[in-house]
Formats: sequence, C-alpha cells, structure tokens
Amino acid sequence: MLYREAGQFKTTYAADQQLFPIRQDRIGLLLLLAVAFVGVPVLASEYWFSAILIPFLIFSLAALGLNILTGYAGQLSLGTAAFMAVGAYAAYNFQLRVEGIPILVSFICAGLTAAAVGILFGLPSLRIKGFYLAVATLAAQFFIVWCLTKFPWLSNHSSSGVISAQDIVIMGFNFDTPVSKYLLVLAIVSVMALAAKNLVRSSTGRAWMAVRDMDVAASVIGIKLMPTKLLAFAVSSFYCGVAGALYAFCYLGSVEPDGFSLDMSFKILFMIIIGGVGSILGCFLGAAFILLLPIFLDFTLPGVAELFGLPFSNATVSHIQILIFGALIMFFLIVEPHGLARLWQIAKEKLRLWPFPH
Amino acid sequence: MNFFLEVLVGGLLSGIMYALVALGFVLIYKASGVFNFAQGAMVYLAALSVVGVMEWGAPLWLAVILAFAIMTLFGIATEKLVLRKLVNQPPIALFMATIGLAFFIEGLAPMIFGSEPRALDLGIVDEPIPWILDNWNMVISKFDLVAAGVGALLVGTLALFFQYTRIGRALRAVADDHQAALSIGIPLQHIWAIVWGVAGFVALVAGMMWGARNGVQFALTFTALKALPVLILGGFTSVPGAIVGGLIIGASEKLAEIYIPPVMQDLFGGNFGGIEGWFPYVLALLFLLVRPEGLFGEKHIDRV
Repeated sequence: MLYREAGQFKTTYAADQQLFPIRQDRIGLLLLLAVAFVGVPVLASEYWFSAILIPFLIFSLAALGLNILTGYAGQLSLGTAAFMAVGAYAAYNFQLRVEGIPILVSFICAGLTAAAVGILFGLPSLRIKGFYLAVATLAAQFFIVWCLTKFPWLSNHSSSGVISAQDIVIMGFNFDTPVSKYLLVLAIVSVMALAAKNLVRSSTGRAWMAVRDMDVAASVIGIKLMPTKLLAFAVSSFYCGVAGALYAFCYLGSVEPDGFSLDMSFKILFMIIIGGVGSILGCFLGAAFILLLPIFLDFTLPGVAELFGLPFSNATVSHIQILIFGALIMFFLIVEPHGLARLWQIAKEKLRLWPFPH
Repeated sequence: MNFFLEVLVGGLLSGIMYALVALGFVLIYKASGVFNFAQGAMVYLAALSVVGVMEWGAPLWLAVILAFAIMTLFGIATEKLVLRKLVNQPPIALFMATIGLAFFIEGLAPMIFGSEPRALDLGIVDEPIPWILDNWNMVISKFDLVAAGVGALLVGTLALFFQYTRIGRALRAVADDHQAALSIGIPLQHIWAIVWGVAGFVALVAGMMWGARNGVQFALTFTALKALPVLILGGFTSVPGAIVGGLIIGASEKLAEIYIPPVMQDLFGGNFGGIEGWFPYVLALLFLLVRPEGLFGEKHIDRV
C-alpha cells in the first residue's frame, strides 16, 4: 500500500530516466542519507565510529569495486586486497612526495594508480577465462604485496614496509576525530556509490553485463571486448584503490603490506556473494553482514558456552567462529544464491501488494 | 654446475609434493566441474586425523585406515549436503561454497583434534642419501625421494583405476559429458560421492607426506595455494598435467629463488628474498598468455 508506483506518471524523458524512478525510493534514500549524515553522528559512540561504521563504509566501497568487476563484468578476481594496498601506498606517497597536494586529489590519484595496476593485471583476461583468470589474479595478490614489502622506496624506507598515514587536512580543517573521519568517508562512499549505480545502467554497464553473460555473443553484437574488460578492471581497481586509501588514512592510520592479505580479498568476495552479486545495494548489506557477524559471535558465544556449562577456551571460540562463518556461507549459497539484495527485492514485491494478498 | 643440479633435483622433488595436492583438485574438477578450493583444508583435516587418532593410542596403520574412513565420510557428506543442493548454480557459486567449506573444515578439524603443531613420524628420515653425497657431492633428501615414489605410485594407481575398472570408466564418462553419462544409466550421484572419496584419499596421502615433512599444523592448508599455479600450468582437467606442472613449478621456483634475487639486488639494492611466494603464479600467468588452457587442458571452444 505504501510502496507502490501507481499514479506516478512520467511526463518527460528526464523523469523517465532518473536513477530512482519510484518516489518512495527517492524519499527512502534521502531519509537514509539524512540519518547517516545527521542522525548517526549525534547518536553513535566513538567505538561505533572507529570499530564498526568506518570499516563498514570502507569495505562497502571495496565490495562495490569487486562487484563491478565480478558481478557486472563477470571477471572473477581474488586480488582485491592487493589493489587496495596499491591505493593505500599510492595515497601515502603522493602526500609524502608531492608538495602541497590536497588530500582528496591524492585519494583520486591513488585510485588512478590502482586503476593503472588493475589494467596491467587485467590484460590476461583477454585470453584467459573463468577459474584460470581467478587463479591468475592471485598473481596480483602475491606479487603486489611482495613488492610493497621489498621495495623500501614505496614505504619511505620504514622497517617491514609499515606506513603511517599523514593527517587529513581539507581547507584548513583537520579530520582527526572519529566523527569527522566518518563523515568524510560517508561523503566519498555516497558519491561513489551513486556514480556506480549510474554507471552500471549506462551503455558501459550494459556492455559489461553482456560480456558477463557470454563474451563471444557480446563481441558478435559489436561490443569491443578489450576496452570493455579493461575498463571494468580499471573502474573496479579505482574503487578498490580509493577504498584502500581510506582504509589507511581514515580507519587504521598505519598499515603494513601483509595486512592486505589473501584473507582480506576473500572477505570482500564473501561480502558480494552474501550481499548479492551484481547489486549495488548488496555490497552494503554484505559488508554489514560480514563485519557484524564476528562481533556478534564474540558477544554471544561465551554466553552460550556458559549456558551449557562448556569450558570454552579462546582458541575454541575462534575455531567456532571460523566454523560458523564457513557454514553460513554454504547455507546462504544454498538457500539464497542471489544474496541479501534479493531478499530486499522480494520484500519490496510483497510490500506492493500488502495488505491485500493479490 | 653441481649446485645447479642439486637445486634442480630438489625443486623437481618438491614439485611432486605440490602435484600430490594438485591431483585432488583435478579429480574433482574433472568429474563434477567443481573447483574445490577446500582441497588444502582437506589435506589439513586428513593429516590432523592421522595424528589425532595416533594420539588416542592407535598404531600408524590403523590411524591411516581410520583417517581414510573419516575423509571418505566427509567427502560423501559434502557431496550430499552441500554440492547436490547447488546443482545448476553457476560455477562461481560452487567455487564460493568450497571456500565456505574450507573455512568450515579449518574451524572443525582443530576443535576435534587440537590445533597445536605436531610431528608425524612415518619412519622415513629426512637426511641426505650418503651414496649420492659421496659420488656426486649432491644433497638429495631420502624423504624427498620417497615422496616422489609415493607420488608416482599414486598417479600409477589412479591411472590404472581410471583405465581398467568399471567405476573408473564411469568416472571418465561423467567427466566427458554429464548428460550423456546419465542417459546411458550411470548413477551420477554415486559417481560424485566416489570422486569425493577418491579426492579424500589423495588428500590423505598428500597430508601424510606434507605432515611428515613440515609437521602437522595449520600451514598445511596453504598447500592449496601452492597447488593452484601447478593446476593452471598443467590444465585443470589433466592428471599428467598436474604432475608435469608440479615438476615445472617446483624446479623453476627453487631455481628462481636462488638466481633471481642476487640479480635484483645488483639492480636495486636491498633484500629480495621470498620470491617463491609469487613466482609460480607469475610464471603460470605468463604461460597462460601463450596457451590459455594450460599444458594439457582441454581446448575450450565457445559457441554462441
């Protein structure tokens, strides 16, 4: 009853082509943004900002990047964390070596650097497909992390490649509190998510989806495979690179190459699988799920153990965490292979009919 | 020259250890089209069950039999509870499910058998063979030779099994074409259960060799990462490919570790060790650019 497009007539092409064609969606999104920008900073505590909200937004952005590549263009990648590492180290080096460069510009440059590296490692995708490509992206994962450790210039000759991010100063304002960092990350992520939403419905996005569904057929109908695939790698790596820069500058403050491990790549892959492959909303849902699950288990497992009188050591708890994690992923794939985003879609369809059954 | 040969032979022998793990991948991929990322975790589970059962007081042979039973049951359960429910899903979903499975095993196995690293004594000593040391002045480990022998034996057995037994023929038929196999009355589900059982057996052999070599510990799960470049080099669907790929990766990796860092040190300065971590991948990647389906992989023809 509340969620229904009946009566919303499109009288111009512009109205027909807008990003959110249903009025309730627009209102909902504005409300969500209002809550995120105004409500959350008032209500949330410092712990929430620095331990949950900021990493949630950053991982959503990285998941967005991977989803563009894997969900829309169909190129499976296991090297996401490495592209984030490129972004983090590039942002650090631009800040360090270019005199007076604004921080936002160095974030963009970090994204562009990651995009260049992404194109380089995307080149094999023109010849290799499927799992062969997935394994080939592992080359990026291991090689980049190794390079960051072994070339001391990249980390300004610090021991074992650790870098400490510089202060974030924009127009004289120092973003040093968790709240201000949260707002900065939120602004960047909102803009980039909207851009992605727009991009995937453009002709570029449709070309990606055609390549994903079958690349030979796509090339037959006149889509040039090389630019399309490489653009997907570039855009995806750009998003991951910016996410990596934010990860270093707004979340951790100091990072080491080994932090961008294969585990992190898998984590981001899980996010898009559980959230929904080929869905912008899914990236956020998946990131929230994957980040909140360990925290939730941390809180509940000791309690459950006490309830049954089981002597759980810390090691056992961490094993149970991994076990539940794995089981949940299998469960999700079996029960809802299209992810949480699909559940939201179903809910919307139900809402259209509610409260009448037909 | 002697040193070069020693590194080469050492690399070839360690390559066989990689091939042992890669074999498990190939078997499952061939028969069911599933890229089983959990193979490394299965190696860990197998080695851990052998050590765990021995700790309860069983002799080695009994522990191996029990571990084999555990692996078979586990494989069949996986097939029945997870993969069968995912039939008709895209390959990436199956791949993701096996990553989930890997996590599941990595949590479950240490909970049952304990997570502290332990040694697994197979009664083979890891020492140089004196005869070769005396005559050619080369250090070749006895253990590596035994591992190579076990690898060769395993491949031989598998080849015979695939070639001459009824089940083996059915397995090959399923690998060729699922639908055609179904239509001539091969029970697909049984075959998949058997394949997972065989993969469990290969994981057990690999787990015992790796476990005896490096100790039974969590790092065994990373053997899967070592096996991946072997796989793409050899081709996902070829048993000989896994062996040849293993040999190439093993030898080139060890040679690269010895000969490349000094060159880079001359060029850039600094310490460039540890290229073993990525060299196999880059090598396999470069190789794929020339031959996208690997050495012995089936050539894939796209039809619209």
